[in-house]
Amino acid sequence: MRRFKAGSAGIAVAALALTLAACGSDSGDSDSNTDNEADSSSADLSAELTWWDTSDATNEAPAYDKLIEKFNEKYPDVTIKHETVPFDQTQNKFKTAAESGSGAPDILRAEVAWTPEFASLGYLYALDGTAALDNNFLETPLSSNVYEDKTYGVPQVTDTLGLMYNKALFEKAGLDPEAPPTTWDEVREAAKALKSKAKVDGIYLNSGGYFLLPFMYGEGADLVDVDSQTITVNSPEAVTGIQTAQDMVKDGTSVKPTANDPYGTMMTLFKEQKVAMIINGPWEVAGISDDPNFGGIDNLGVAPVPAGGAGQGSPVGGHNYVVYSGMDDKKAEAAAAFIAFMSSAESEAFIADELGLLPGNADSYDMVSNERVALWADAMEVAQPRPWIPEGGQFFAPLDEMATEVLIQGKPVQPALDKVADTYKSDAVPDYSLE
Amino acid sequence: MRKRFDKHWYAWAMVLPTVIVLGVLVFYPLVRGVAQSFTNLNESNQRDEICTKILGGAETCKPNPDAAQFVGLDNYVDVLTGAQGDFWLQLVNTLVWTVACVVLHYGIGLGLAVMLNRDFRGRSFYRVALILPWAVPSFVAAFAWRFIFDERFGVINGALRAIGLDPVSWFEQRWTSLFTAIVANVWLGVPFMMVALLGGLQSINGDLYEAAEIDGASPWQRFVNITLPGLRPVSSTVILLGTIWTFNMFPIIYFVTRGQPAGETEILVTGAYRAAFEGIRDYSLAATYGVLILSILVVYAGVYKRVLAKQGEVF
Repeated sequence: MRRFKAGSAGIAVAALALTLAACGSDSGDSDSNTDNEADSSSADLSAELTWWDTSDATNEAPAYDKLIEKFNEKYPDVTIKHETVPFDQTQNKFKTAAESGSGAPDILRAEVAWTPEFASLGYLYALDGTAALDNNFLETPLSSNVYEDKTYGVPQVTDTLGLMYNKALFEKAGLDPEAPPTTWDEVREAAKALKSKAKVDGIYLNSGGYFLLPFMYGEGADLVDVDSQTITVNSPEAVTGIQTAQDMVKDGTSVKPTANDPYGTMMTLFKEQKVAMIINGPWEVAGISDDPNFGGIDNLGVAPVPAGGAGQGSPVGGHNYVVYSGMDDKKAEAAAAFIAFMSSAESEAFIADELGLLPGNADSYDMVSNERVALWADAMEVAQPRPWIPEGGQFFAPLDEMATEVLIQGKPVQPALDKVADTYKSDAVPDYSLE
Repeated sequence: MRKRFDKHWYAWAMVLPTVIVLGVLVFYPLVRGVAQSFTNLNESNQRDEICTKILGGAETCKPNPDAAQFVGLDNYVDVLTGAQGDFWLQLVNTLVWTVACVVLHYGIGLGLAVMLNRDFRGRSFYRVALILPWAVPSFVAAFAWRFIFDERFGVINGALRAIGLDPVSWFEQRWTSLFTAIVANVWLGVPFMMVALLGGLQSINGDLYEAAEIDGASPWQRFVNITLPGLRPVSSTVILLGTIWTFNMFPIIYFVTRGQPAGETEILVTGAYRAAFEGIRDYSLAATYGVLILSILVVYAGVYKRVLAKQGEVF
């Protein structure tokens, strides 16, 4: 299978080399490369690849180092320069480097929303026809890599939002810790019990746009409709969803988030067992269960996000492996081999066992024994793709402002969402129509 | 003319490096920025063609269907009418922020300078202690102040609770939020004013005070009639500098209030940053902000200089 693919790519390249004189030298190189792949064994590969990893340098990166060692047993002559870079700066840093043509890495761990953006800007190689795409990936995470019918990356880890709750506090309040709330109304009831019997706050809703998506999805709403090119963020369904969130803050079900650093406050209160429920993702499981105040992983329950009027729905997140388009084409085969190795079922299962992150490879789930991964199985069932368009990254700043206005300042929902829709139209997707 | 060049050629040669450096570092970017503000240039339309590269395969390129183009004054119209961003809200914030900070910097700095300009025990200790905030990098100070004002875990709300008052949700309202940033910036900016004014005070001739004292002038009269006029050359410079610095003070707003609540405490420079660097970068919009900020400061500096010139003070 692999031989056939590489061979056909080689023929295609040779044909292009004949027809496109302008690309002569480039495709000449890749021609010989792909021919090599077709009839040489992996041990002959030799290259040096730089990998920018946005994972946590102290907790997560060592596990990837172990994986790279395993890769080098198979490909001794491919040197991987593994550099950890801070997640929050990498989007800008990579774009600056890619645009100026110097300093960008060969391989990048890109957040799902970055991938279509980078692809649309021409910063990434399409991976179609390479070994990197041979693995069996989960459909929704893989979809974040597709831009204009080409695939620009493969999922490393995936995640979603879920209802995370404190089992001990549930018991104290006379609630069944194995039957967490499944709708927002049940969250309200649970919060009353928690307040009166366990003397803690029920839930903390983070005033970030991303964290309010389950309220919209729960009513069947989304930010935009890509097929009809419509901005739907202020649809009646979306208003109903956000109204539910606002009501929960107003009636005391939810703690009122703080305007500055609401996320940090949420995590502190949850870890100190002062609030019983939060909406958050798998990336916090390690931090919560390792915190001495919380009571370990056995005290943590995870359930799918509660349902609105139209069911349950939570946004898919995660990270992909992508290849910088400025990378020397001679390293193409080594890069494909590296990505194929890192995203194989065994490798992603290894990472899941070490770190408790959810694999993007569908075949990994049967091999994983880490209980942290099993916790999220139900929550992942209701995960749904976000609109994977290059402008997707611009949707969240206006949404964050809306969240502050609605949850903290108590402003009416409809005008706040109308303002978001207007900003989408003027700043993000001018070609889309307003509802 | 030719003769003059022959005679003074070395002078031209001497200024040439400066002209080149200024040209490269100041004039070229300035002209580029102004030119970009009349286009719709952004990160996705800056290329003439869009290329798709397949790993280990071919590269296909097609012309960019919507390449950047000249759009005249559209950006200015969009920004000034509020169709994009919140220019007027940010301008009001910037003015309140600048005036409040400069007045407090100057007032407190002058007070401390006068106090330090006399002999007392431990004077050098106080001088060092008061200059210390200056040695703290501004973003470190910004983080510290944000924690101090934190609504749940901050020291200030803790103190309010301890004396039985209700804690204040500082970042929930526009003006209380801006107040926290002003406090942080005053703490940071006073040492510079104090040191500059202390230098000015020490250059005032002591005989003047002696003569005034003999004539029976009260301390207040001495302050108003000798100290303030004597400080004027220093004051006019540091106030102009302070205004421009505060106007363009990025890290305090960016790290203390983070624009909260909901962008209501954003000033022009942080607003320009968000316009440019969030999502797909919008170079033309950022350039428009830049030109507007520059214009405001140029007008201010011109008016300021003219007012001073009228009072017989030129620098």
